[in-house]
Amino acid sequence: MRLKGANILVESLKKENVGIVFGYPGGVVLPIFDVLYDSNLRFMLTRHEQAAAHAADGYARATGKVGVCLATSGPGATNLVTGIATAYMDSVPIVALTGQVKTNLIGSDAFQEADITGITRPITKHNYLVKDINDLAPIIKEAFYVASSGRPGPVLVDLPADLMFAEAEFHYPEKISMRSYKPVCVSCQGRLKKAARAICDSRRPIIYAGGGVIISGAENELFEFARKTSIPVTTTLLGLGCFPETDPLSLKMLGMHGSAYANHAIMESDLIIAVGSRFDDRVTGKLDEFAPKAKIIHIDIDPSSVSKNVHVHIPIVGDAKEVLKSLNKIVKSPDTSKWIDRISQLKKRYPLKYDESGDVIRPQYVVEQIYEATKGDAIITTEVGQNQMWAAQFYKYLKPRSFLSSGGLGTMGYGFPAAIGAQVACPGKTVFDIAGDGSIQMNIQELATAVINKLPINIAILNNCCLGMVRQWQELFYKKRYSHTCFQPGCPDFIKLAEAYGAVGIRVTKKEDVAPAIRRAIDTKNTVVLDFIVRNEENVFPMVPSGEAINRMIGGMA
Amino acid sequence: MKHIISVLVENKFGVLARVAGLFSARGFNINSLTVGETEDPSVSRMTIVVKGDDKILDQVKKQLNKLIDVIRVKDYLRKEHIDKELVIFKVNVNKKAKAKAITLIRKSAANIVKSTADIIAVEMVGSQDDIDKLFYALKDNGYKIKEMVRSGRIAMEL
Repeated sequence: MRLKGANILVESLKKENVGIVFGYPGGVVLPIFDVLYDSNLRFMLTRHEQAAAHAADGYARATGKVGVCLATSGPGATNLVTGIATAYMDSVPIVALTGQVKTNLIGSDAFQEADITGITRPITKHNYLVKDINDLAPIIKEAFYVASSGRPGPVLVDLPADLMFAEAEFHYPEKISMRSYKPVCVSCQGRLKKAARAICDSRRPIIYAGGGVIISGAENELFEFARKTSIPVTTTLLGLGCFPETDPLSLKMLGMHGSAYANHAIMESDLIIAVGSRFDDRVTGKLDEFAPKAKIIHIDIDPSSVSKNVHVHIPIVGDAKEVLKSLNKIVKSPDTSKWIDRISQLKKRYPLKYDESGDVIRPQYVVEQIYEATKGDAIITTEVGQNQMWAAQFYKYLKPRSFLSSGGLGTMGYGFPAAIGAQVACPGKTVFDIAGDGSIQMNIQELATAVINKLPINIAILNNCCLGMVRQWQELFYKKRYSHTCFQPGCPDFIKLAEAYGAVGIRVTKKEDVAPAIRRAIDTKNTVVLDFIVRNEENVFPMVPSGEAINRMIGGMA
Repeated sequence: MKHIISVLVENKFGVLARVAGLFSARGFNINSLTVGETEDPSVSRMTIVVKGDDKILDQVKKQLNKLIDVIRVKDYLRKEHIDKELVIFKVNVNKKAKAKAITLIRKSAANIVKSTADIIAVEMVGSQDDIDKLFYALKDNGYKIKEMVRSGRIAMEL
């Protein structure tokens, strides 16, 4: 079948079972949009390309499928960059399609030309500039394969305008074979046995689980492993939901704003079993003092993650699900009874808590009430800063893919468009974007996308009238010199803003109104903006100062 | 420690930028880098000479392996290998000192490609040590190198 490039592209996306494309039109992608006009491939118009990339990312994180976004050349493509970098840092499979100027104009500083493959080289798993129409279908096939296999990541395909008009015979490749890319690996039996022995010999073991568990779908294997061996589990920010936080073995999140008991436990441990996590600096704190007595087993699919930051004693390169499955068959449980006692002692001594006094609304209380209303069955997305950390600390995550947040890059403005992607992917689910009054303004224009597409997303703004996390650092480390972090109260008026877009706005100023407002938002079929006026000076505790050992926390004591 | 890293890659546009980008993103200076086709024209070999401690180099090698267009990465530091470099240079000479220079150059198994009253142009293929030895010998005898081109090392495991 001979088809034009734009048709080949759309047919290829259908072959990949793409549910939806998020994007924004423009000059050089007009031929593609002309095909989309009467195609049954679903397309959602965002109001900014950055939001299209985050929506594709949210869709991917909520489902495990590849998210797709599409933008025009030049500024359209560069607007995707933050979204692509966000997905790259958190290993999210997205395929970003960008228009490019005609092949004969590339390199001539043509109108809306940008070298987007050059720009995104360090923030994509791989990228392609299509130069021959016959390569288009095979490249799309490869792009989806590369994005979703091994350690997933974003792949960009740059599409020159003339190729969209050019014709070629359309055959979508059935199979794929790349001699230079073999993401599947079988982990060595010897290492597994060694790991099983180390586990059995340990007395104070701890599981440190990350986003890799969720990506690999290994939550059941992890649960079996932890239960079988009675080893407590702490997770990274991106690992939230891979192990139910209501389980007695759960230590919740560790790291800079992790629970104090998780941080103390990992420092006292004699064996760390890292699964799909990467010893990020927000987790380890001061590297030289991190878990001094612990042997480390590191299970990860990416060999370059192993021994990158800490020395690993037993590296196991492989898919978390497969490795845990094999390990579950041979592992014998260690004697951890004393250790479990010590853990309960730590939990009692250093509980995760906040000052609940007074009538003022505390942001932590809002997060707790969202948990109470949804019983952990919602998808929570976050922006970045204090709102993100409170959302991580005070909601109890029970299932994988229920917490979507920009962990690695820390992108403000991620949460709302990601919530759009998640809500599109899971129409029946309750979706909350836990936001700050700062970061929500970074993609606030997407209220139009949410309202027009009838997405019942709930945006919970923890409105403290400042850039809270930066203000917190200024309070603690810069002598309360609040340089450019405080906003004018009431600017903007989020209720009027919501209403201007046709969304529902609810302002909450009293503690007793928090729960009813959340209930009302959930029951509303429209997009809702909840403007919680919270205590301005509230800080996120515990907190490990940057560069300190992770058991030296501010505000970690009972 | 100087590492010679041999990287087999797909012979496609953009691959060199990806490989070089890994080094520059980490603030690594590459001593030399050569690229050429192999016995299979769809595969190119890059030979990269780079200084750095083993831990950082280990990470760079892993990152290289992660690049989709990279087929294989080998570090020859502790492997039996042959490595050679081609150098072409011009030496300033005067009438009096020319004979001595020619003797030094011939002793080093280098070839004189052109010789005029005030300049000798030389080509030499050899190990980095051999090439350096000739330079020192010329320098010690007061000769000045006017212009020099080095190809960068190429290497093969034996």
